[in-house]
Amino acid sequence: MDVMPKWAEVILVPLISLILAAILSALVILAIGEDPVAAVNLMITGALGSTYGWGYTLYYATNFMFTGLAVSVAFHAGLFNIGGEGQAMLGGLGVALVLLFIPWPHWTIALLAATAGAAVFGALWAAIPAYLQAKRGSHIVITTIMFNFIAAAVLNYMLVNQLRPAGSMDPATARFVETVHLPNLHEMLAPIGINFSKAAPANVSLVIAMIACVLVWLLIWRTPLGLEIRSYGKSGRAAKYAGIGAVRITMIAMLISGALAGMMAINNVMGEAERLVLNAVEGAGFIGIAVALMGRSHPFGVFLAAILFGFLYQGGAELALWTSIPRELIVVIQALVILFTGALDNMVRMPLEKIFLAARMARAPKPDRKPTEPAE
Amino acid sequence: MTAPAIELKGISKAFGPVQANKDISIRVMPGTIHGIIGENGAGKSTLMSILYGFYKADAGEVFISGNKTEIPDSQAAIAAGIGMVFQHFKLVENFTVLENIILGAEDGGLLKPSLSKARKTLLELEKEYDLKVDPDAVIEEIGVGMQQRVEILKALYRQANILILDEPTGVLTPAEADQLFRILGRLKEEGKTIILITHKLREIMEITDTVSVMRRGEMTATVKTAETSPEELAELMVGRKVLLRVDKAPATPGDVVLDVKNLKVVDEQGVERLRGIDLQVRAGEILGIAGVAGNGQSELLEVLGGYATGSGTITLNGAPIDLTGKNSDGRSRRARGIAHVPEDRQREGLIMDFAAWENTAFGYHRDAAYTSGLLSNNAAIKADTADKMERFDVRPPHPHLAAKNFSGGNQQKIVLAREIERNPDLLLIGQPTRGVDIGAIEFIHQQIVALRDQGKAILLVSVELEEILGLADRVAVMFDGQIMGERLTADTNEKELGLLMAGITDTDAPHTMAEIEANLAHAHGDASKEV
Repeated sequence: MDVMPKWAEVILVPLISLILAAILSALVILAIGEDPVAAVNLMITGALGSTYGWGYTLYYATNFMFTGLAVSVAFHAGLFNIGGEGQAMLGGLGVALVLLFIPWPHWTIALLAATAGAAVFGALWAAIPAYLQAKRGSHIVITTIMFNFIAAAVLNYMLVNQLRPAGSMDPATARFVETVHLPNLHEMLAPIGINFSKAAPANVSLVIAMIACVLVWLLIWRTPLGLEIRSYGKSGRAAKYAGIGAVRITMIAMLISGALAGMMAINNVMGEAERLVLNAVEGAGFIGIAVALMGRSHPFGVFLAAILFGFLYQGGAELALWTSIPRELIVVIQALVILFTGALDNMVRMPLEKIFLAARMARAPKPDRKPTEPAE
Repeated sequence: MTAPAIELKGISKAFGPVQANKDISIRVMPGTIHGIIGENGAGKSTLMSILYGFYKADAGEVFISGNKTEIPDSQAAIAAGIGMVFQHFKLVENFTVLENIILGAEDGGLLKPSLSKARKTLLELEKEYDLKVDPDAVIEEIGVGMQQRVEILKALYRQANILILDEPTGVLTPAEADQLFRILGRLKEEGKTIILITHKLREIMEITDTVSVMRRGEMTATVKTAETSPEELAELMVGRKVLLRVDKAPATPGDVVLDVKNLKVVDEQGVERLRGIDLQVRAGEILGIAGVAGNGQSELLEVLGGYATGSGTITLNGAPIDLTGKNSDGRSRRARGIAHVPEDRQREGLIMDFAAWENTAFGYHRDAAYTSGLLSNNAAIKADTADKMERFDVRPPHPHLAAKNFSGGNQQKIVLAREIERNPDLLLIGQPTRGVDIGAIEFIHQQIVALRDQGKAILLVSVELEEILGLADRVAVMFDGQIMGERLTADTNEKELGLLMAGITDTDAPHTMAEIEANLAHAHGDASKEV
């Protein structure tokens, strides 16, 4: 029975979880002898107080949108794709190869090609664990984790032995040519009179990420394929009954998932670094899991959660820069957010449901609903 | 006047907005069999769970033999002399009978003294109540009827004077049910008090002394069984007159629609589940498949429905259908005009978390009527769902409500509407009324008969013999993956079918009771492996 109205389910539960996480974080900050109020102020000004801060927040958020969507799509099919990290690394390789070896006349065409390259590489990297799961029953959680390590090794090899420009000591590719430079928010917003920070890395990929959110929403909730993915995720037997092939859905969902994770590379590799470096992904693949959890695997939820985690990331960096609060504590705060919004969801939900029930009972003392009996 | 063995006064229990029990009072006299009857969700199990200490009542009092008793947990219930036999047995499958009996009632840290004490007690109980079991048999190797006896012995070993049985015959063949009733009669003679919870009117009429009827959480009546009739009880349960018999004209079978020849299915463990099935279903007739659950009926439906592979030949309207490969899945079957209402509607027929409208499209979601271009035409699906809900009297008629929020009967109507309205040539239907309340059963049966009268072929699988006898025109009995025999329902009876269900064909008469028991253990053995 849906005891809570939709808005409470979607907004209130995560909000209360967040507040609880914030309170606990404040206690931790207090315990190490810092002022939590000042810390919050610093995070907010640092992440949202300037276009520079916003630029970073949105840059991180773009990464998290892609990886969060990736986890969500797999999750709808009942698959836990922990391999976003590796798929995003390979996506980066795809972007680098597309941009280094083909002379593109304009950034727009280059962006389309790079997006395709990133998606194909990410999808292929997800295809192997997907195939092993679908055909041989190898558990996707195990294989995707292993593929993260293999991806790191592949990237290492490619950068050190193949793509490193002669004479460079840095395990990174050469810079991409100037023609494929993606417009950042400064360049995009200047024509309409907004003076956005020049130094901030947020770029046109943000728009692609938002389009991806809409497309994923359409796919999952508005297409027959989406229904098939969701039904397979909910009940394998029912899917079988309906003639929905397990192998087919596992492959399709994981290919889409891997492609989305890979597409993150147009933001961090093409948009920000403009070359491929070793640690380009910076854990965004894993943050994607938290983003999907918090966003309830719904693209709009993922969008909001990605911005929240972007804020935490950027605000946390500011905190580490200006106070004696160590960088690690930011990880603790992020972990608390994940803990409360993901794992401890029921802790908030259950009392809230009770409150709503009581309110409903008070409004309508005699429900005309047929009594159902949990014991049977 | 003696004090009642159990007296409940003013018991109420609510789960959230749902009032599962409302001010229930009941007196059960010692040495009687008291039936409690009601539809699914009427509150029978909740009431018994309160009595057994699983739930705490919001209000009301419990008196055991005249003394007010608090029952906060099952330990207290056992101490008060109450024993419970659940619908789903609480036995450890790989323990012996004896080990199961002492489980939770061991004395001391060593098992040996408890086991030998239990062995002695068991012998006494066996003598006293004529309850035969082998104390050293492993649970998973004995039949369901025997397992149930172990459950009863467990309660008696704990010195229960009051025995509660929750839907005890749900898993038994008619012969086993008769045997259970004999045991219950014996227990009654020895002065035990028995509460029998069931939704089967026949059982109530057969063995109870008194019967209480529950409806929507309330106790609507308590009557002497001798002074009532099934019709009256049904009316009390549902709140209106109910047609207990299926009302249908004789069938007028036409051409053969489904022709199955030498169908074999081997499961993943390499066990042969179907061992050469031959059957035919004609247009305009209902073929019922009877049998103890787990003797291959599910596999038959799965192969025909397209989600298990097999070997043999199956033709539909004369053209063969694929048993393996790409064109053997559920979607291909639908395209060929085979509709399927699966046995397990909650895990197969519906996706419980999906809205009713999504479930209405489920399986047919790629149909032209339900799509526009690449996208689903959700508006069309919702309109169609609202329409179907109205025609099939699904309550509440809200397409947006998730399937899990409907009662069993209404869930089944959603599945039925989806499958029947496709105008199939062949309808496969498994356990059409399992977990469905009486009022909805009547409606569902009418729909099936109406489909037959339109000249469709219907293959009905049910473990309820009564349903098969009432609904089917012809019946085939399955045992151990084979068809033991076919009868016209008009020319047969429960007894004859019961023997076939136990694997005894017409030719190998005469049979001893021991033979029948051994065969039944075998029939159930296959069932228990499946669970």
